[in-house]
Amino acid sequence: MPELKQLYDAVVRGDAKATQALTQEALAEGVDPLELVNQYMVPAMDEVGRRFECNEYFVPELLISARAMKAALELLRPLLTARGDQPQGRVAIGTVKGDLHDIGKNLVASLLEGGGFEVIDLGVNVAPEKFIATINEKQANIIAMSALLTTTMPAMKTTIDVLKQAGVRDKVKVLIGGAPITQKYADEIGADGYSESAVGAVALAKKAVTAA
Amino acid sequence: MHPLIRQLLALGPVITDGAWGTQLQARGLAVGEFPDAWNLTHADRVAEVARAYVQAGSQVILTNTFGANRIRLGEAALAGSVAEINQRGVEISRAAAGDRARVFASIGPTGKLLLSGEVTEDEVRAAFAEQARALAEGGAEALVVETMSDLAEALLAVSGARETGLPVVACMVYDSGKNKDRTMMGTTPEQAAAALTAAGAEVIGANCGQGIAGFAALGQRLRAATDRPIWLKPNAGLPAVVEGRLQYRATPEEFASYVPELIKLGAGFVGGCCGTGPDFIAAIKRHWAPAR
Repeated sequence: MPELKQLYDAVVRGDAKATQALTQEALAEGVDPLELVNQYMVPAMDEVGRRFECNEYFVPELLISARAMKAALELLRPLLTARGDQPQGRVAIGTVKGDLHDIGKNLVASLLEGGGFEVIDLGVNVAPEKFIATINEKQANIIAMSALLTTTMPAMKTTIDVLKQAGVRDKVKVLIGGAPITQKYADEIGADGYSESAVGAVALAKKAVTAA
Repeated sequence: MHPLIRQLLALGPVITDGAWGTQLQARGLAVGEFPDAWNLTHADRVAEVARAYVQAGSQVILTNTFGANRIRLGEAALAGSVAEINQRGVEISRAAAGDRARVFASIGPTGKLLLSGEVTEDEVRAAFAEQARALAEGGAEALVVETMSDLAEALLAVSGARETGLPVVACMVYDSGKNKDRTMMGTTPEQAAAALTAAGAEVIGANCGQGIAGFAALGQRLRAATDRPIWLKPNAGLPAVVEGRLQYRATPEEFASYVPELIKLGAGFVGGCCGTGPDFIAAIKRHWAPAR
């Protein structure tokens, strides 16, 4: 159907209105919602990610594409949930204790949603116990932590230690990111993954759920 | 050129200061504690930082007011203290500077992304104008809009700051893209320099980022993109964990060894950002002594 390629294009260029309209049209014609997500929208976000990695797209473009994606998901999610379809994974995301910065965290949350994950956004200044609660109460299988300050980075290590103490460390994959974070730091504190970009975070999350 | 800026640059490039956050941490600022609040609760320790920079050779020092706009203070439940925190911050720096250094007041980002719709342009501009007014009232000689990633936000800050009549330095962070030469939002040095110059900034610059090594190229591009003086304040690189503690990569000597080239390429104001301290400023002075 010609309009489905247009759906892909609308997400890539960040046109939320067109994305919503085309989604509604497709649903009205009886297209399977899961097909819309997997065959058109997820590939569209992958393309957005590719352009970001090639430095054709920057944060503004990521944001508007994620917004377009979310506009469509708002229509599709109820239908998928009603069918019992499961998200790719459940991510509890937050900025660590002592840190109030959330631009990066919000961006990653948007892209993860666009990538088919259920996202539990815990906000900022998140204590380790709050992350743990999502594992037990919401079956989160990925913990994603963000920090912008070098002074709050240590809270990532603390959180991982608390996960171990609580006996839930091996129930989840821990992914970290933020301006001062490096792969070396991730290795040093025992995180499962680090990415320097929101787009990379989505790829990491996808790997994390298949690796398990 | 603004008379103050002309006067400062008349005898050659000017040494500014280094990081304040890490210096305050060394004096007891706790993780997650809002540094600007110390202007009210630990003014003596803030003054120590200011004095240390003056003693090390800073000809311009900034102020502990980086986050003291209404939007960020609101998140720390300090919105009622906007005027006080900013004025005290300038007073502390002025007392430390005496007649040995000038005081340029720091204005950092709101921490909110305009594009996400979390704040409106009017709110952002009003917050910056309010902060600028308080800084001017405290006796700041110039205003430094710094560590900006979003050009739209930077322009609102410059606009708000210019209401005071003080000269405005406008500084962005270039840490993204293949060559780490764009802001997070994709803006190039050329785009930023053109827009900020047109908006009336007196000095154009770059601060923070990925360490000093990339600043020669950055400085050159800014120099070519505007007729305004250039302000460079690189950080000491991204920190690594060494024996369980965070350590910044560049030593004072390594950092300072880059400075003569930055000056040759046309930088008018040189200093340091995160991870630098008075020892970095002293090292800059050793590697390149100003004419005065």
